[in-house]
Amino acid sequence: VKELFSSLGVDCNILELDQLDDGIRVQEMLTEITNQKTVPNIFVNRVHVGGCDRTFQEAAILGKRVLVLDFVVPSPQGTSWGLGGTCVNVGCIPKKLMHQAALLGQALQDSRKFGWEYNQQVKHNWSTLTEAIQNHIGSLNWSYRLSLREKGVTYVNAYGEFVDHHKIKIQQLERGSPGKLKVWAKSTEGPETMEEVYNTVLLAIGRDSCTRKLGLEKIGVKINEKNGKIPVNDTEQTNVPHVYAIGDVLEGKPELTPVAIQAGKLLARRLFGASSEKCDYMSVPTAVFTPLEYGCCGLSEEKAIEVYKKENLEVYHTLFWPLEWTIAGRDNNTCYAKIICHKPDSDRVIGFHILGPNAGEITQGFAAAMKCGLTKQLLDDTIGIHPTCGEVFTTLEITKSSGLDITQKGCG
Amino acid sequence: MAAMAAVLRGPGRRFRWRTQALAGGVRGAARGVAAGQQDYDLLVIGGGSGGLACAKEAAQLGRKVAVVDYVEPSPQGTKWGLGGTCVNVGCIPKKLMHQAALLGGMIQDAHHYGWEVAQPIRHDWRKMAEAVQNHVKSLNWGHRVQLQDRKVKYFNIKASFINEHTVCGIAKSGKETLLSADHIVIATGGRPRYPTHIEGALEYGITSDDIFWLKESPGKTLVVGASYVALECAGFLTGIGLDTTVMMRSIPLRGFDQQMSSLVMEHMESHGTQFLKGCIPTCIKRLPDGQLQVTWEDRTSGKKDTGIFDTVLWAIGRIPETRNLNLKEVGVNINPENQKIIVDAQDVTSVPHIYAIGDVAEGRPELTPTAIMAGKLLAQRLFGQSSDLMDYNNVPTTVFTPLEYGCVGLSEEEAVARHGQEHIEVYHAYYKPLEFTVAERDASQCYIKMVCLKKPPQLVLGLHFLGPNAGEVTQGFALGIKCGASYAQVMRTVGIHPTCSEEVVKLRISKRSGLDPTVTGC
Repeated sequence: VKELFSSLGVDCNILELDQLDDGIRVQEMLTEITNQKTVPNIFVNRVHVGGCDRTFQEAAILGKRVLVLDFVVPSPQGTSWGLGGTCVNVGCIPKKLMHQAALLGQALQDSRKFGWEYNQQVKHNWSTLTEAIQNHIGSLNWSYRLSLREKGVTYVNAYGEFVDHHKIKIQQLERGSPGKLKVWAKSTEGPETMEEVYNTVLLAIGRDSCTRKLGLEKIGVKINEKNGKIPVNDTEQTNVPHVYAIGDVLEGKPELTPVAIQAGKLLARRLFGASSEKCDYMSVPTAVFTPLEYGCCGLSEEKAIEVYKKENLEVYHTLFWPLEWTIAGRDNNTCYAKIICHKPDSDRVIGFHILGPNAGEITQGFAAAMKCGLTKQLLDDTIGIHPTCGEVFTTLEITKSSGLDITQKGCG
Repeated sequence: MAAMAAVLRGPGRRFRWRTQALAGGVRGAARGVAAGQQDYDLLVIGGGSGGLACAKEAAQLGRKVAVVDYVEPSPQGTKWGLGGTCVNVGCIPKKLMHQAALLGGMIQDAHHYGWEVAQPIRHDWRKMAEAVQNHVKSLNWGHRVQLQDRKVKYFNIKASFINEHTVCGIAKSGKETLLSADHIVIATGGRPRYPTHIEGALEYGITSDDIFWLKESPGKTLVVGASYVALECAGFLTGIGLDTTVMMRSIPLRGFDQQMSSLVMEHMESHGTQFLKGCIPTCIKRLPDGQLQVTWEDRTSGKKDTGIFDTVLWAIGRIPETRNLNLKEVGVNINPENQKIIVDAQDVTSVPHIYAIGDVAEGRPELTPTAIMAGKLLAQRLFGQSSDLMDYNNVPTTVFTPLEYGCVGLSEEEAVARHGQEHIEVYHAYYKPLEFTVAERDASQCYIKMVCLKKPPQLVLGLHFLGPNAGEVTQGFALGIKCGASYAQVMRTVGIHPTCSEEVVKLRISKRSGLDPTVTGC
């Protein structure tokens, strides 16, 4: 540790406890303050850091030379954006904000049932929305640049190097924004064809990894030729020992921001800190922010059957009616909750699924519980918070195997 | 038999003996204590969350069950149907009116998201109240149908004990009915307290019993109290545009984590609710135009002040419904300090076959889901082959104030008291919900804290979440705590992005470190 600080050019106040008269007393004091019995015991700027390991980890943040290359190849339509990646610019963030805009439209309708009165004429202005969202994203781009600068990371905005199933044809009829496009499409199952005019065609047929133009073949990094993804071992190492891959480019891992963040942090700690903690890719919770949101963690029913066999599973499920939907006049048999339990393992919850409002908020805590070994019994023993949607999981009774009716009639 | 009848008759009362043509002769209260010879296996007094759950479970186990429920009108004359406090004057109407208030906020947000809504925007109390009341009535009906479906006999009568196994119920008409049972469960809950020592309090004030049933808007309202009932009511009244003031004697949300409670109050203060702190009302007078003049005293300065309001809502606590049950007669003991019925871990009172559950029982959380579970488990212990007891530890709850507060486990104060400051670690964060950004909403009080044991793996002792959808966020983590979650395990859970709840699994800054706990960026 003394060498580390010396190499960083940092002046230290060193207290050698074995050379002090009351050294033992000091050590006791330290234990009380810091909960650490061992030496060296390090404080930086009056803040307790820890022992040798911890100090090296923290030093990694100070000492290492880090370069980030980020470049956005404009989309075929010419769209480009700033620092932050997919999530910030063209993923999670703008998606959730636009989803919120749509939910607010629903809320406007509901509000009348709850006594709010205003003009029937309600319109939506697209550019007000996009401007507000772009401003927010701009602020995030900016804060990332600031953050990198503060941490001493070099950022260069440069490109670093090493249509069939749907059988559609699109013809532009009119330029402009929006213009007019004529679309011909053919069914995948029969001879039916269709022809329709749209202002916009949005292709959402999957994502390709940005690995083809990195020059990976020059350094011998293997990729899956079919999808461009990079296979790695459980420490995110490619077949070339000093080259690692994380995030969406990874073969066989969830394409999610929090997974990428976790993997990235842990990788840095393993490389430069003294950590050996690996990223856990199992039971990663996620939410689909469709108008009716879908939150899930663990296995789908199909996957569970495949892995554990149907006879070893018990599926509990129910439809439910969020209280706020009652007065709003929304349907009482739309929202749905289901858990998949592994019978031989104390009815362990191996799959959690909810379709309803705020699905993401609900699912998060259950994901933590599943990491701690959640079972059906524990769910039954837990008190629900009333009135919420999440509480429905504490009172699940009907199994799929029973075939009993789960339609809702009133208040349980 | 005649002697028994004389004893039972008491001063000036008349009984109608229930007779049934059954082999063995006349049935009636005189046959008192012999088990299996009563009218019912189980009689439940009180058709609320706990009572109905117990009755339905017992019926499902094949028993002969009766429920008696009666609502004594409030001083203002409000009354309601089957279902108890939660359904009629608690959780359900509360959450619906809270939702109405939240929707008002969403209409404001909508502008930022591109929705063009023309002014003026106003709220019509009557429309909301009617919708809420209709929903509650549908629940009353639903409960009656459920009881019928399960063959539980229901009587709308006001019950009191005649003897250990018999109850006399009086209907609104005055008609009396005697019911006897092997086992009797008291689940009569509680009612709001009136400060009867304050002049005008009873005549002119209303309580939570009345607010949800008002046909006309309460207008400019003074809410007296610091309970969650006070803050939740003041919250939604402010949210629908009414001039609302909360008068508190001392601290808000006593019993809850105080740091969180002050953040809840701070949020309300910065969003339109007025607070008169450290004040107590001394007198309520009605003015000629119908408005109410309230006089109060500032406890610190001793200064007196007055104000004019349309409505005064008392939210200063609840008292259990035990006074009129005639408990002394049958030997069921109550705690003289709070009038609650004393029970053991099996919910048994001082009389072996008489039980008490829900708000009326001593030492129980005053929550619907705990009453429901207690009722179910009691029925299973009595009539099923179960010996399962309720676990009252780590019961999660949520306060539905304008910015909601969800919590489970120990408050920071409790954790410090129990384990000592040096043995706990508190992780915390101020965060900003994504949806607040475009809406330009103030997120100053959006805050999370997790109280853990300091010793690795750092067992989670309590979680506190202040933000939108707090109930939904907290529920799953309550499960985690039940599974014995440690800080380490929670931190290994991957977040769902973008949500508010993911901020819980991203908590890194400890209070002890003194570092700034504000979450920035992704």
